[in-house]
Amino acid sequence: MSNEKQVDSGRRGLLVATCAAGGVVGVATAGALVSTFQPSERAKAAGAPVEVDISDVKPGEMKVVEWRGKPVWILRRTPEMMASIPKNDNLVADPKSEKIYQIDMPEYAKNEFRSRAEHKEVLVTVGICSHLGCSPSSRFAEGPQPNLPDDWHGGFLCPCHGSTFDLSARVFKNKPAPTNMDIPPYMYLSDNKIVIGKDEKGEA
Amino acid sequence: MGAAFKETKLPANAPAGHKALAWIDDRFPLSKLWNDQWGKYYAPKNFNIWYLFGSLAMLILVLQIVTGIFLTMHYKPDAALAFNSVEMTIMRDVPWGWLVRYMHSTGASAFFIVVYLHMTRGLLYGSYRKPRELIWIFGFAIFLCLMAEAFFGYLLPWGQMSYWGAQVIVNLFGAIPVIGPDLSLWIRGDYVVSDATLNRFFAFHVIALPLVLLGLVAAHLIALHEVGSNNPDGIEVKEHLGPDGHPLDAIPSHPYYSTKDLFGVSMFLLIFSAVVFFAPEMGGYFLEYNNFIPADSMKTPPHIAPTWYFTPFYSVLRATTADFMYVVIAAVVLYVVFLWVKSRLSYKAKMAAAVIGLVLIIGMLTLEAKFWGVVLFGSSVVIIGALPWLDHSPARSIRYRPKWHMWLYVLFGLSFIALGYLGTQLPTPAYTLISQVCTLLYFSFFLLMPWWSAAGRFKPVPTRVTFHPH
Repeated sequence: MSNEKQVDSGRRGLLVATCAAGGVVGVATAGALVSTFQPSERAKAAGAPVEVDISDVKPGEMKVVEWRGKPVWILRRTPEMMASIPKNDNLVADPKSEKIYQIDMPEYAKNEFRSRAEHKEVLVTVGICSHLGCSPSSRFAEGPQPNLPDDWHGGFLCPCHGSTFDLSARVFKNKPAPTNMDIPPYMYLSDNKIVIGKDEKGEA
Repeated sequence: MGAAFKETKLPANAPAGHKALAWIDDRFPLSKLWNDQWGKYYAPKNFNIWYLFGSLAMLILVLQIVTGIFLTMHYKPDAALAFNSVEMTIMRDVPWGWLVRYMHSTGASAFFIVVYLHMTRGLLYGSYRKPRELIWIFGFAIFLCLMAEAFFGYLLPWGQMSYWGAQVIVNLFGAIPVIGPDLSLWIRGDYVVSDATLNRFFAFHVIALPLVLLGLVAAHLIALHEVGSNNPDGIEVKEHLGPDGHPLDAIPSHPYYSTKDLFGVSMFLLIFSAVVFFAPEMGGYFLEYNNFIPADSMKTPPHIAPTWYFTPFYSVLRATTADFMYVVIAAVVLYVVFLWVKSRLSYKAKMAAAVIGLVLIIGMLTLEAKFWGVVLFGSSVVIIGALPWLDHSPARSIRYRPKWHMWLYVLFGLSFIALGYLGTQLPTPAYTLISQVCTLLYFSFFLLMPWWSAAGRFKPVPTRVTFHPH
């Protein structure tokens, strides 16, 4: 009697079909498990736009509010501060904010002041360094000081890896941070009230 | 298939223990497992102090698992409760909770100290060379797993350093072109490091990674006991067998190495306890001071440094500035030219190297330095796994290599330590320059190893191990 294995093609076909079906189920299950890692509905809801009253922000002062768990800075720049910003145009990496940003750069922020035309002096920016997500500290005083260049016109310094930003939150050249800080979509509800996370184009 | 089942018959007056063991051995290979893995595992007789760290790592693994289980009983993986459950409940309210916690936190650092020493041993005596490549690969995977375990675990106390350290490391993935930002979001499960992140890191830290770790440790040991241990002379003891079939220069691990390991364990526990009781924070290196402040997503601490065991690799990340990329590009060009001129690779392989080099250079000119920082950071870890294929030295052990090889090892060790120190410090232009030099030295050590490891005048390798009875 021959001991050679006889392949029953009908059964072999069923075996292949079973493996394929099992594989599909396995991949689908893995897909479901991977999906559980996405932000939950609650997290997404917590990412809703935030309304802020800015009447208490005096010129030269900054207010920090929370949007999507990140600090958003609202800085009302003084006329002197505004005058200093164009001086940095040749020193910053992306003067007109034309690179690709984590949050799509709103059209009204693609200029040296990076703010809406209604209130050019009010800077609204996500206070997170584009290098590795630290929150830079304010260094508004002009002139030479530790860790900063001697021709400093005021701005921000990231404590983690030393990136510097000007008063429009634009990063200086050859720093660890590759891009300017993000500008969230925002709009004025009235002169003293803004909403962050939403503009004419919709929510972020 | 195997023989039919046969009950071992012991004389009626045999001790009860022997009978019980015989009963088990008939049903489960208990004695066989013990003898294969340790009891009758013949190890070279010329082991020195470097050979303690494997068993010490095993001890710490057990210590971490046991203390970890008890910590889990009081810890709350919830962003609102986590900080207090560690700093109040465990450290102050739970009787002896502080001891368990300090054993666990000190154990983490001790684990890395012991594992780095264990790896140094491998480097000195060529323990990763054929046929022990897989032992090295499994060990390397254990090292990766440990780093992940330490990283996930560090978020759990939910202090400022936990929080911002995690923020920085998760954002590393954001540097990957196109998919990066979405990938970071997916890892965090929120727009910032948050409760969702804490919960999943907890799951990884207490169950997912420990399971992988245990599996890898088993694979590491099975592979080791299959091919047998290397030794300080870097020669194969199995080439000289005695009449009993065991290597002439090897002794059974039990009792000979059991007793030596026990002595090592007691010395280790002496130092370990001293740290646990008198310096659990180790001057801010084992537990960073900023971590005694609860996590605050709105305020970055003035200086974020990872825990010491990550700093050498972290320095490589920080060293990669836009200007340094030109140096890296030059290094890639030089390396490809070097491969063409010096290596005995096939024409095809050389062409492939040239193409890869060209793609890398184009990438370096177009993509941001931040991305390449992450790539170099990853490469500085992964390249350790490639050692078995980089080392072409005719002698495994440093003992029989040219003297200047030792100096290269020392230079490599110094640049690794310098990178580690600089990673704990705030970056200044001078420090950045030093870390860039050390980064180049670090990579050169590995990438040029195929040439330098085979160069020089080697000493004659003995056929039998060097051993002085005492």
